[in-house]
Amino acid sequence: MSDNNLLSPNSAPHSDVEDIKIRSNYLRGSLEETLQDPITGSIPEDDNRLMKFHGSYMQDDRDLRNERQKQKLEPAYQFMLRVRAAGGVVTPEQWLMMDRVCQKYANGTIRLTTRQSFQLHGVIKWNLKKTIQEVNEALLSTLAACGDVNRNVMCNPNPYQSEIHSEVYQWASKISDHLDPQTNAYHEIWLDGEKIIDSQDSQVEQEPIYGRVYLPRKFKIGVAVPPSNDVDVFSQDLGFIAIIEDGQLIGFNVTAGGGMGMTHGDAKTYPQISKVIGFCLPEQVIDVAEKTVTIQRDYGDRSVRKHARFKYTIDDRGIDWFIQELTNRLGWSLQEARPFHFEHNGDRYGWVKGSNNKWHFTLFIQNGRVKDEEDYKLMTGLREIAKIHTGDFRLTPNQNLIIANVSSQKKKKIEALISEYGLTDGSHYSALRRNSMACVAFPTCGLAMAESERYLPTLLDKIEPMLKEAGLQDDDIVIRMTGCPNGCARPMLAEIAFIGKAPGKYNMYLGGGFSGNRLNKLYKENIGEAEILESLQPILSQYAKDRQEGEHFGDYVIRAGYVQEVTDGQNFHA
Amino acid sequence: MLELQVSNSPFNQEQAELLNRLLPTLTDHQRVWLNGYLSALQGAGAAAAAAALVQAVAQAEPPDVSKEVTVLYGSQTGNSHNLAAKLSKKLEEQSFQVTLASMSDFKPNALKKIENLFIVVSTHGEGEPPDSAIAFYEFLHSKRAPKLEGLRYSVLALGDTSYEFFCQTGKDFDKRLEELGGERIAPRVDCDVDFDESAAEWMGNVIGALGKLSASGTQASSGVPAIVSSGAESEYSRSNPFYAEVLENLNLNGRGSDRETRHIELSLEGSNLKYEPGDSLGIYPENHPQLVEDLIAAMGWNGEETITVNKNGEQRTLRDALLRYYEITVLTKPLLEQAAQLSSSPELKKLLEAGREQELRAYLDERDLLDLVTDHSFAGVSASQFVSILRKIPARLYSISSSPLAYPDEVHLTVRSVRYEAHGRNRYGVCSVQLAERVEPGDTLPVFIQHNPSFKLPVNPDTPIIMIGPGTGVAPFRAFLGEREETGAEGKTWLFYGDQHFSTDFLYQVEWQRWLKDGVLTRMDVAFSRDTDKKVYVQHRMLEKSREIYEWLQEGAAVYVCGDEKKMAHDVHAALATILEHEGGLSPEQAAEYLTRMQQEKRYQRDVY
Repeated sequence: MSDNNLLSPNSAPHSDVEDIKIRSNYLRGSLEETLQDPITGSIPEDDNRLMKFHGSYMQDDRDLRNERQKQKLEPAYQFMLRVRAAGGVVTPEQWLMMDRVCQKYANGTIRLTTRQSFQLHGVIKWNLKKTIQEVNEALLSTLAACGDVNRNVMCNPNPYQSEIHSEVYQWASKISDHLDPQTNAYHEIWLDGEKIIDSQDSQVEQEPIYGRVYLPRKFKIGVAVPPSNDVDVFSQDLGFIAIIEDGQLIGFNVTAGGGMGMTHGDAKTYPQISKVIGFCLPEQVIDVAEKTVTIQRDYGDRSVRKHARFKYTIDDRGIDWFIQELTNRLGWSLQEARPFHFEHNGDRYGWVKGSNNKWHFTLFIQNGRVKDEEDYKLMTGLREIAKIHTGDFRLTPNQNLIIANVSSQKKKKIEALISEYGLTDGSHYSALRRNSMACVAFPTCGLAMAESERYLPTLLDKIEPMLKEAGLQDDDIVIRMTGCPNGCARPMLAEIAFIGKAPGKYNMYLGGGFSGNRLNKLYKENIGEAEILESLQPILSQYAKDRQEGEHFGDYVIRAGYVQEVTDGQNFHA
Repeated sequence: MLELQVSNSPFNQEQAELLNRLLPTLTDHQRVWLNGYLSALQGAGAAAAAAALVQAVAQAEPPDVSKEVTVLYGSQTGNSHNLAAKLSKKLEEQSFQVTLASMSDFKPNALKKIENLFIVVSTHGEGEPPDSAIAFYEFLHSKRAPKLEGLRYSVLALGDTSYEFFCQTGKDFDKRLEELGGERIAPRVDCDVDFDESAAEWMGNVIGALGKLSASGTQASSGVPAIVSSGAESEYSRSNPFYAEVLENLNLNGRGSDRETRHIELSLEGSNLKYEPGDSLGIYPENHPQLVEDLIAAMGWNGEETITVNKNGEQRTLRDALLRYYEITVLTKPLLEQAAQLSSSPELKKLLEAGREQELRAYLDERDLLDLVTDHSFAGVSASQFVSILRKIPARLYSISSSPLAYPDEVHLTVRSVRYEAHGRNRYGVCSVQLAERVEPGDTLPVFIQHNPSFKLPVNPDTPIIMIGPGTGVAPFRAFLGEREETGAEGKTWLFYGDQHFSTDFLYQVEWQRWLKDGVLTRMDVAFSRDTDKKVYVQHRMLEKSREIYEWLQEGAAVYVCGDEKKMAHDVHAALATILEHEGGLSPEQAAEYLTRMQQEKRYQRDVY
């Protein structure tokens, strides 16, 4: 099983990235040399492909790109560094480390991601090694935060049911550890680890799960604890839904084949929501995860990267094929899926007391960006809290932060700091804003076609008066924006979504399910702000008037006929 | 054919022998060419000779359509790149010689030499070119774009019909190439997101059209020898400067830099001015208008007053004379001596007394005429009286940063803006700040060529060269490498460069990178002094590489140093001596001798200031 250096079983020629992986000698490539090249702040594209596996990729400040080109300067190359922590749980010491390195080596801000990771932006090439070393000294890692491997395993950070969460989190961590790449390259390149000579030919080093070509594309796993679907479990390649009976974790429903990314204008690419395929016991999750990953490894499309995600592997062959293949590899069958119920995919803000008698404070962080502003010293406030906090911090899948496991004695002090720095649970914002997410986009993301993080707050400023007029300011409506259709903020699941097409132009989607259970549908194509506002206004006011008891916005727009319901990603473009 | 001898020809024995060997081997075509070449060289009637030559060439041997094809792509996501590569491959299969390049790597000046050009370009956002195509797009749409008669071309445009300005960039290129005189040999094809079929169709058309042309062979080659205009002396000189049009004026330092370095491109078209890499350009600058106004105000003069500026009786207004004719930013001892005659100030006279030289030096340092007239009374001195003691403003010389082969009819400069504060006032470098603040494309500047025979590339193109040029000292090396690229010189090249910060102060960074990639530049080492805890300069990098430098010297490498004399050249010289001592086992005296000998052999040349 481990001698899996095969490429796709079909005979199509594999993509150039596959070649790069094969040649890379377990993710080394020529990184050691190119990171030293003093003439450029960049690394060659081949090495950049490999850098992703190390948790980083090269970007440039796109605000400066044209200006610098005229000046005969190379683009302002810089690196995004993603630091992962399974389930987004970190200690106060780890928080302080992130705070320190972002000031020292990055752009002075921390970005909390939609996969419960940290991102640093603006790290220049010559500082990468020092940054990664400090991250590792704090027992966090960047390995496999990007690249064609299993990514950060998401897990509901649920502070309400502390014991259950703790148990579920243990399983998420175990899955994560089990699927870590085993190559020594990371230690050699970044941590001055001893070199393994000739590893390509020897048995000293190998990747028992991935093999030397790794996966055809990224692979995402999330673990949800109902009634919250904050991890958007249906957007994951592989999902686990905790099943709790009488206050005990009895196992997990398994979901397979979700994923967000698509390409504008290419109807063969589409977002998909996963299907529930059965139930397994807690101790079986690692086996299910490993076998699923190996199926994708062996059957995923290695010739067309746009078609390489697990959702296409399944959709091309049918879910029954996958269940059969999984059963064959497991040597046992999943049980029948258990009933479950999701109520929402957003966060619940403010103080709550957990079942372990500890307190938890969920802080609203607009678009996950932690920084100090003139009138809002979020970063300083969190630093001061981290200095005295004895519990932990939890990054939520909605890019917010939970100051978790605060003892009753510490609660007063932390409350005092929260109030001193005016840290907000978002209660003075509209519910729409509290349920908003945007990806990073400009100026750093190379894929962005339009603004996202820098623009959504302004757009919300203009939508909020409409909400007020319609009396909807306290109604939870999920709104998401991305600068491109790769879907980092999982926009295709939102009740209202904007996906960038060109500077200032977005496709507008409506009708996602409030609990992350349904894809939305294209409503208007390639529109600017004026048209966005014009389009939304009548729908919001109709919704306020015509909605049924408890009817969510996403459900309403389908009933009212604004868009058709999407039941399967394969009909997303229909 | 007549056998040439000393007796029947103007040639000496050796020349006659050489000619006797050469002439019988020439084809008709070569003889016609040589004939035209020689008559053109005589200068008089050069144009007529050239015309005759072109005609002769065309008649002598109607050449086939060129098999050389250039395929350029402007790609955002890689599709255009892939399609361009595909076309190149197909053309190569048809035994065309294909040059495939991204528009960002393509030197627009090479356009003139191209006969067959195919463009694959996408459109980005709201009808904009992809980033990699912007510079080329702008060049082609600027007034600097050359006439392209004789160019055959076709454009493949990629786009997305859901955007308003579908395939706009491709359309623009197509239209522009036609405007410039190009001949469209296959119609443009606009592709939507699913481009495969339309792209294939376009490639078919292109190959078909080229094939037809090749077969008929009716197109004349445009291979006119470039020598035609040479030989004629320019009428322009230091005393009769040429008013060169400014084509480009931009800051090379990135945002956030403490520095400002202007890259200036000037047109020499029509001047007949010639230069070689290593030469300098002289510019007659203008004084800062504010300083002129302040000076007039301080003296209570009238700027509109007419004064005589020279012995020929040339008349100007005072303001104009102070702006363009006189030096007002430098104080000298002779000037002060004359000024003292006009001034009633006893302090000024005292300052000039014997034994006060140090005091005088201190006063002259970083002061200008405004300081002089503010510090000392010149009450009642008329403008005419006063300006008669002033020097004519001197020309500023800058090492030329372009190769004339790479940029025909252009000259480029690399000028750091000098601004500082002294004696309570902001001071500005006369020419550098004029260039930075008051000169725009379209303006003209009075210029001349200052030849510098002691800073020249080795005659032998195979000789390795080591170039040390931090800051604007790097200017002539841009010219050197441009020249070596154009002439196809094989010798190794090594550049040491330095400045404050990598990210903002790496002058011409992308050009060095391209030359490194293409092998024109063999090695490059850089020192950015403010990026590290310890300040590193070029000489430190040289010492780190001392073994390799010594090896290059042993191979006969020539060493060039350009830039600041006091702060840099001295340390670099010391570093070279250290390298010779350490690696070659020379005593300090022997090392010094070695360097002197290198200088005598023109293997160690400096352009320092």
